[in-house]
Amino acid sequence: MSAQALVARAQKWSKDQPWRLYGSQVFVLVRSEVRRNLFTRRRIGIYLLALIPVVIILTHVIFDRSGPAGPAQIETDTEVLAGIVQLYYLRLGIFFACMAIFTWLFRGEMVERTLHYQFLVPVRREVLVVGKFLAGAVVAIALFETAVLACFFLMYSRFGSAGQSYVLGGPGLGQLGSYLLVTALACIGYGAVFLALSLLFKNPVVPGVVIMGWETIAPIFPSWAQRLSVTFYLKHLCPVSLPMSGPLAIFTIVAEPVSPFVAVLGLLCLTIAILALSCLFIHRMEITYTAE
Amino acid sequence: MTLDARQIVFENVSKFYGEVLGVNKVNFSLQPGITSLVGPNGSGKTTLMNLMTGLIRPSRGAVCVLGLTPRQPIEFFRQVGYCTQFDSFPPGTNGYDFIYWPLRLHGFGHHQAAKLTDEALERAGMAQVAKRKVAGYSKGMRQRVRLAQAIAHHPSVLVLDEPLNGLDPMARAESITLFEAIAKQGMHVIISSHILEEVDRISDRVVLMSSGYVVAEGQIREVRREVRDHPMQILVRCSNAARLAAAAFELDHVVEAKILNDGRGVLVRTRDAEQFYLLLNKIASGGLVEVDAVAPADDDVNSIYQYLIGSDGGPA
Repeated sequence: MSAQALVARAQKWSKDQPWRLYGSQVFVLVRSEVRRNLFTRRRIGIYLLALIPVVIILTHVIFDRSGPAGPAQIETDTEVLAGIVQLYYLRLGIFFACMAIFTWLFRGEMVERTLHYQFLVPVRREVLVVGKFLAGAVVAIALFETAVLACFFLMYSRFGSAGQSYVLGGPGLGQLGSYLLVTALACIGYGAVFLALSLLFKNPVVPGVVIMGWETIAPIFPSWAQRLSVTFYLKHLCPVSLPMSGPLAIFTIVAEPVSPFVAVLGLLCLTIAILALSCLFIHRMEITYTAE
Repeated sequence: MTLDARQIVFENVSKFYGEVLGVNKVNFSLQPGITSLVGPNGSGKTTLMNLMTGLIRPSRGAVCVLGLTPRQPIEFFRQVGYCTQFDSFPPGTNGYDFIYWPLRLHGFGHHQAAKLTDEALERAGMAQVAKRKVAGYSKGMRQRVRLAQAIAHHPSVLVLDEPLNGLDPMARAESITLFEAIAKQGMHVIISSHILEEVDRISDRVVLMSSGYVVAEGQIREVRREVRDHPMQILVRCSNAARLAAAAFELDHVVEAKILNDGRGVLVRTRDAEQFYLLLNKIASGGLVEVDAVAPADDDVNSIYQYLIGSDGGPA
């Protein structure tokens, strides 16, 4: 089949699709899934994951009576915030929260024996994947963006006018924008990975741990391999770089830096590729609750 | 409309769960009306229904429902409603939402979905408790709300896995009336049930299953014809079942005499019913055994089922 014929076929296929219906189905799915996933006691663990740094910083703000020092202290706190976002949120908090949220979207419904209800409605399974993914992303992003925002606000609020001028007149606002972008990208990147894993494995926790291992050791691999990890793209978007430390630091291969545009696009492409794979996986999925 | 577009067709369908057989080489086509799937637990009824509705895929063969397959989910699931036997619900849902949100996924707007939800709840007799959490429902109520969800979008094919389980006699009678009304509108109603007398009464045809195979299929009378050569069954309720069984065994044409669990009756399988009735008269008039009741246990699904697969089809 020639390329022209293929394009014509794709155009005809696209024209025949009820996109409006798909859109409304995605909207309904997101709405009902968010209601089920965001405001529920089952998510207390995830709230804790998101709020631990906020509580620590808040405690610091309340009980640290030594009073804020000058710009040097702001610099130090900026590095502390960078550490919180890059080492805690990106590597642990968002990772485990996404594991809990996104693996539950399908696998959890298998465990609760309720997935068949969604397989018995006139919804394409691809639409189901997209709807559930977006719902998970909304939940994760809402939670962690709020947490990062709270950390940022608390961190600089104690500096008074110096803090205000750092945020509004200095690099602070730009850094906040970068952190929020990185947080959102981490949520969708890890989310897509865990959604795919939950469609592939009955117990996605074990491969999840393997993924975590990969994300940790990816920097010691060649540059092309590093591009297959979520942290590779996130690292290049972080506004404050942290010095490398630990035993892995000596084996680390410094990959060629990528522009923010490429980093965002790369991560989005990775996410879309993983979601496309998920759409293939879900077609193989059968309702066999007894095997769970 | 072609013939296939009104039929449910199984073409050489097999399903294996790893090395375990679900169903094997199933071939049949169903016309509109009520069809009952009958068989003991593990015979493959649920597997057949799950194949019909695309919850599982056949290992071999093809299933076609009104000319559609689950690979065309939008068209397919507008035509098909499935009330499964899984007694589980999304956590925290109430009866109304349980029906309303799937209707929204069908593409209905708020007003239409709300109207259809109310109508389905009304038909299933659940309107009064619709706003209560499903977790607080009785088993019968859960069964009915699942039924309401399956019929809410007015499907042409209604698949019901053990739909009468857990219903009280009143609700059971109402459900049966509902199934009959749906079937009269020219729709397919596929029912699996262990309550054989009720299935027998309302079915246009039966599919008898055993160990993953369809052992007979067709109208009850046709199925009975298939087993004409088999011995006839007669149920005798009497005071001394053991003595009657011993006497029956002396006759050549009696192939089996099974004492009932309560010890107050015998199920006799004989190739010559006339001769057996003569014996029974003789025994009764001789005062050896006091006969309470005699009934041919042969015209309902249960007896046919016993002939074919040697089980009473009751729950295991």
